[in-house]
Amino acid sequence: MINEMSIIFDAISTNEGFARVAVAAFVTHLNPTVEEMADIKTAVSEAVTNCIIHGYENRGGKIYIHCTIENGVLYIEIKDKGVGIEDVEKAMEPLYTSKPELERSGMGFSFMEAFMDELEVESTPSKGTTVKMQKKLQCGDWILTED
Amino acid sequence: MEDYKVIDHYLCVKLPEEVDHHKSEAICRNADRLIASQQVNNVVFDFEDTKFMDSSGVGIIIGRYKKISCFGGKVFAIHADRQIRRILQMSGLNKIIEIME
Repeated sequence: MINEMSIIFDAISTNEGFARVAVAAFVTHLNPTVEEMADIKTAVSEAVTNCIIHGYENRGGKIYIHCTIENGVLYIEIKDKGVGIEDVEKAMEPLYTSKPELERSGMGFSFMEAFMDELEVESTPSKGTTVKMQKKLQCGDWILTED
Repeated sequence: MEDYKVIDHYLCVKLPEEVDHHKSEAICRNADRLIASQQVNNVVFDFEDTKFMDSSGVGIIIGRYKKISCFGGKVFAIHADRQIRRILQMSGLNKIIEIME
């Protein structure tokens, strides 16, 4: 069985909390562990923050999240139609930040990589960026419960 | 709500429930104002109320560490739960700050 969910919201910092809680709520029926929940929330928060600060450079726009659950695997796509990334490889280097003046740690992509099983970044300058992540949850939706 | 106190040259920052980019700018601003005006040597981040932190929180801690470490100051983290400790360790912050109970 496939279960899908999409949300579109404004790229403003007040929505960071909403975005991570919405994705976390979507997976609750799979009974994820506390740790898995925290991993997902952190990864979503990093990707959404990137859209706001880097994709739209704090000027606003829309952020698109699409989630799919299939066979106990959560697939998350987080997309902006912002400025895009010239050099994706460089952007993904640990500790690299294009905006040191904002006191960013440069660990956004590293955290996404560490907390999820797969991470893929597609970007076209002046078109936007899509981050695709996936994570296998311990309690897959194919596991039958006792009762 | 976050809260700031200066006691004996120690700035104690009680962090909010969720430390993310949305909250981080105000925390940096408030902490820096006190560091500059109140002769702060050391900074203590209190995670008692904190249930969520992403890399924005790491940015807050590194930024304050840079400000006070050049004068010999130290940064401490207290009351960090398992999730917060994981973030502190993964970012390598546990090597430059002191994590206490």
